[in-house]
Amino acid sequence: MQIFRAHVLVCGGTGCTSGGSPQIRTRLEEELAKNGLDKEVKLVVTGCHGLCEMGPLVIVYPEGTMYVHVQPDDVSEIVSEHLLKGRVVQRLLYKEPLTAERVPHYGDLPFYHKQQRVVLKNCGYINPEVIEEYIGRDGYAALAKALGEMTPEQVIEEVKKAGLRGRGGAGFPTGVKWGFCRNAQGEPKYIICNGAEGDPGAFMDRSIMEGDPHRVIEGMTIGAYAIGASEGYIYVRAEYPLAVKRLRLAVKEAEARGLLGDNILGTDFSFHIHIKEGAGAFVCGEETALMASIMGERGMPRPRPPFPANSGLWGKPTNINNVETWANVPEIILKGADWFASMGTEKCKGTKVFALTGKVQNTGLVEVPMGITMREIIFDIGGGIPGGKKFKAVQMGGPSGGCLPESKLDLSVDYESLTGAGAIMGSGGLVVMDEDTCIVDVARFFLNFTRAESCGKCTPCREGIKRMLEILDRIAAGEGKMEDLDLLERTALMVKNSSLCGLGQTAPNPILSTLRYFRDEYEAHIKDKRCPAGVCAALLTYKIKPELCRGCTACTKVCPVGAISGTRKAVHVIDPDKCIRCGACAERCPFKAIVRA
Amino acid sequence: MANKLQNLDDLRRLREETKQSMLSRHGAETQIIVGMGTCGIASGAREVMAAILEELAKRNLNVTVLQTGCIGMCEKEPLVDVVRPGENRITYGNVTPRDVPRIIGQHVVNGQIVEDLVVGRVD
Ligand SMILES: Cc1cc2nc3c(=O)[nH]c(=O)nc-3n(C[C@H](O)[C@H](O)[C@H](O)COP(=O)(O)O)c2cc1C
Repeated sequence: MQIFRAHVLVCGGTGCTSGGSPQIRTRLEEELAKNGLDKEVKLVVTGCHGLCEMGPLVIVYPEGTMYVHVQPDDVSEIVSEHLLKGRVVQRLLYKEPLTAERVPHYGDLPFYHKQQRVVLKNCGYINPEVIEEYIGRDGYAALAKALGEMTPEQVIEEVKKAGLRGRGGAGFPTGVKWGFCRNAQGEPKYIICNGAEGDPGAFMDRSIMEGDPHRVIEGMTIGAYAIGASEGYIYVRAEYPLAVKRLRLAVKEAEARGLLGDNILGTDFSFHIHIKEGAGAFVCGEETALMASIMGERGMPRPRPPFPANSGLWGKPTNINNVETWANVPEIILKGADWFASMGTEKCKGTKVFALTGKVQNTGLVEVPMGITMREIIFDIGGGIPGGKKFKAVQMGGPSGGCLPESKLDLSVDYESLTGAGAIMGSGGLVVMDEDTCIVDVARFFLNFTRAESCGKCTPCREGIKRMLEILDRIAAGEGKMEDLDLLERTALMVKNSSLCGLGQTAPNPILSTLRYFRDEYEAHIKDKRCPAGVCAALLTYKIKPELCRGCTACTKVCPVGAISGTRKAVHVIDPDKCIRCGACAERCPFKAIVRA
Repeated sequence: MANKLQNLDDLRRLREETKQSMLSRHGAETQIIVGMGTCGIASGAREVMAAILEELAKRNLNVTVLQTGCIGMCEKEPLVDVVRPGENRITYGNVTPRDVPRIIGQHVVNGQIVEDLVVGRVD
């Protein structure tokens, strides 16, 4: 066997790939060959490291040096300096924003300090397209243990004892769900992995499927053994081409190695996995709609019961779990329920992966123990708000979730605390907002999304969301009345309580949570006809401060509608009736004489 | 084409094999450092490096191999340092590929310094 003294890891996640990592890889191959290093240095394309903001990323082991924002033209320097002569290329190291110090070691980045990587432990570390790399990290050892040493009942018991709860949003105890399906009557039984991931801004499941696809497959196979299922489906949106490709490859490799398919590891247990591409509708993440979609029907939910455990795919017992839920299973079986239950809180065990986006320094993927506070995630790991702006709110759980204000930042991140505060854990999308964000506008954004994604089957969701959106539009246009707030609240509760599926039942959350924490901002729009964040165009006015205006005429030239009048060296005036509040004049004015009010 | 794994032992064997090949991704406790400045390369450090990697592979050893630049002892290049945990850093000079099995066999594995090649010690 050949030993490589150094391994160069190039991130092949979606973010870094679009940033140009394939070219970096090609250049590395060329440069390594040119310098005769291809026998000493191994090139490994990995999944996502999480720090997407800093991509494309290149990491050099054994030192663990991380290079950020690497461009193809930087490659020859990395090869000739670092890989040949052992000299770190300082200018490509991560720069700590506060101290401006260069951080040479991957592990020393504040971004990784408070993280605890269980589900993501291989993401960014192994080549997801080579099954041996997964096996070299104890991959499939849990499956071997389950098949060789445990009965199906013992596997279910272990998962129950671990306290694993569904990571798809609702947090239902996974072991209990498996038990229902095991005890259900009917053959064959099915397993589904939910990789629909329809929340805007969420990319946790994508990164797991891309970066460590075998973990998902192993988790599903262990689940199939526990439940007694023989067929499995991974439902993944077609907008994730890289995930689809890697999953397909992983299934093929696992089959070739006898770790999937007929007679797994020489036993009499057989399990087959099929990849099903979805078209990406949000509602198709809902389990009954998802199953309809797999069966080739229109993706619409149906009432439950019957639950999938009793009547799922083709009327047979079916167990559906989220990607991240499945990805937790191998670690639990391998290291034991007690190890898993030692992480997290009383009622919420283990870790959770979040996609951190919005107005935060380090956007990216983070995995943290349950029970951490939102403040730690946003400020310690995320590095706080860029540009010296003030934190305003964090939106959790996407369109089904809620907005939490500053006062709730010290809340423990677990299912119960978040639900109590009016947000939800959701699947793990975290959008951070600063003072320039208008809360009414945020609610409108999410309602627009759910209105477009509502399947239309039940009336409360189809009509109710539309009516609420109309009210929000009115308020944003400065035409709202105080009674509207009551109407909004009543409609929201009606939609929440009477919709058929989770889409409608949770769609009002963005409204209810913002009414709860930011009511004054709604009132400012209605009573004072004012948008405090300066976002709602209809409520803005632009004025020229006469004492600052020098009459340079710059503003008249950029105004697209000719709303500004004035001659050279004389004070200019904006005609409020013509002004469309685009703000171009204020941006252009060299004397900061134009103000928004 | 990959072979099917028939049982637990097959899986275990494959795991151990791949683990070995992935060792470079965590730093091991023992380090071998090769001088790779222009002077080192000119006097044959690349060949020494190749010999080291070959010897480590042959013996299945978990050792971190690093390079360093010129340290000012150009006439003694190629220079190879061996650092074992808790022991002095030993520098060998004028190393040739032929010396490598001795350095690794005696010093890296058994902790006995190859005295005739030593040009420096640091603690
Ligand atoms: C509108 C809607 C969208 C959903 N989207 C997803 C999704 O994208 N991914 C997911 O895992 N679960 C989604 N769910 C939850 C699933 O219905 C289901 O609860 C989940 O897949 C169960 O897996 P778990 O127990 O592992 O969380 C969605 C639910 C609703 C109501």
